[in-house]
Amino acid sequence: MKTAWEKVQIARKIDRPKSSDYINAIFNDFIELHGDRNYGDDKSIIAGIAYLDEIPVTIIGEQKGKNAKENITRNFGMPEPEGYRKALRLMKQAEKFNRPIITFIDTPGAFPGIGAEERGQGEAIARNIMEMSNLKVPIICVVIGEGSSGGALAIGVGDKIVMLENAIYSILSPEGFASILYKDASKSKIAASEMKITANDLKKLELIDEIIKEPKEGITQKFEEITSELKKYIKTNIKDLQKLDTEMLLVKRYEKFRKIY
Amino acid sequence: MVIDKVKKLNEIETKPHKNTKASDMLVGKWVKCDKCKEIIYKEELHNNYSVCPNCGKHFRLSSRRRIKQIADEGTFKEIAGDIITKDPLKFEGYLKKVDILKEKTKLDEAVKCGTCEIEGQKAVIAVMDGNFLMGSMGSAVGERITIAIETAIQQKLPLVIFSVSGGARMQEGIVSLMQMAKTSAAIAKLNEAGLLYISVLTDPTTGGVTASFASLGDIILAEPEALIGFAGPRVIEQTINQRLPKDFQKAEFLLEHGFIDKIVERKDMKHMISTLIKFHTPTPKSEVKK
Repeated sequence: MKTAWEKVQIARKIDRPKSSDYINAIFNDFIELHGDRNYGDDKSIIAGIAYLDEIPVTIIGEQKGKNAKENITRNFGMPEPEGYRKALRLMKQAEKFNRPIITFIDTPGAFPGIGAEERGQGEAIARNIMEMSNLKVPIICVVIGEGSSGGALAIGVGDKIVMLENAIYSILSPEGFASILYKDASKSKIAASEMKITANDLKKLELIDEIIKEPKEGITQKFEEITSELKKYIKTNIKDLQKLDTEMLLVKRYEKFRKIY
Repeated sequence: MVIDKVKKLNEIETKPHKNTKASDMLVGKWVKCDKCKEIIYKEELHNNYSVCPNCGKHFRLSSRRRIKQIADEGTFKEIAGDIITKDPLKFEGYLKKVDILKEKTKLDEAVKCGTCEIEGQKAVIAVMDGNFLMGSMGSAVGERITIAIETAIQQKLPLVIFSVSGGARMQEGIVSLMQMAKTSAAIAKLNEAGLLYISVLTDPTTGGVTASFASLGDIILAEPEALIGFAGPRVIEQTINQRLPKDFQKAEFLLEHGFIDKIVERKDMKHMISTLIKFHTPTPKSEVKK
């Protein structure tokens, strides 16, 4: 059994598969679509359309780099407001064309910078959360690595929320938590276990629907095992969710978050 | 960019956004304004809406005094007051800390909600309180605010939320984060019902509250010089390794960048809110259309 801190390390590994890897493995004919039609194209979020076998879907994924160079292009997977607005634009488009939405969550958090604040980071996140709660198509959210703070939740409101076994989902990084509550950033290990951030923790708290087991040999070694498992999960659930009428879909989604107290 | 101009024009503060402690208000008959350094007689400050008569600095307000300033006398009826703090992480010392705070502040959580009249117009209000764990949003705050929103929907009333918050409450971890989704989803329902939501941002409004209901008002008002942002100034400074311009994340900065509708001085706030509510009260004609 791995400790929470060990999972933090695994979730952050640079060679752990990223959103683009899942997109390529699970879907066909992915066409990436760019830009928020307002300011720019944020490369820390990739988004577009693809086929899940025969079903057309919209995909949104937070994208970290696989090496130092790509990480600079991808801003280490920390979106700016235009990233969230691109995601929202394409999710609205998905609603228009009645396409289910799949999101992949993998971020250390929304980027804290001067430009991000000038362009309304808080507003961008708030609007995504609100709009996602009411989009008339099925939404499945998959936490594949690091799901940190509002930056993760901004693409994390859906009908089904699943986590990979070694992924984490937290209010902020264990380092940040330790420095705020213990006034000591070096206590991150303790913070990680106290914060309840592992897939098991979240399942127990009834905040996620499912844990997708990772291969014992390691996720990179047996990547096709986890992608076929994940594909099966996504497909089954999309089909089930598509059977619900829109009103029921939205009532259930509202209830899912409404009951969290 | 505007910010670069601002940067050049303003001298850079060594310690930006130094917080005024509420405790400044609690001792003795006199209080020093930390902006203009003037010594003010406390009663004079109180009689002036807790705004410095010398420089106009808006001191922080408790929820109790805020409600007194906004609601018509005797009209406030609390709702969701029975919703209590929970401890989903079983975080060591948390509930004890909450108990001590309750005793000290005479508050039971970081928000007080209720129905009231504002210059004779009925409304639901939620008023956050920075004296209770920095107005942070845990599950009880999220639940109370959601109940307030749902009450507005049920009773077809306008909603006014005064925010003051350090963000999501750390001690409740991921459950606090989820309150952002819960409250925002409720606002979506309020929108569908065609009801007015006025969000008032006061000093400071940051983190998970900025990134949820506080930014979702039909009309967003702010008090002068209130600190408003997603990331805290210190986090930004450490991340980008540069000092921040002087007025960064102040209400005036947000107005300039298009994220709030209006900055309203405290003495004018009640009348502004009632005017806005009146403006949105359905006339018989618009009811027919509906």
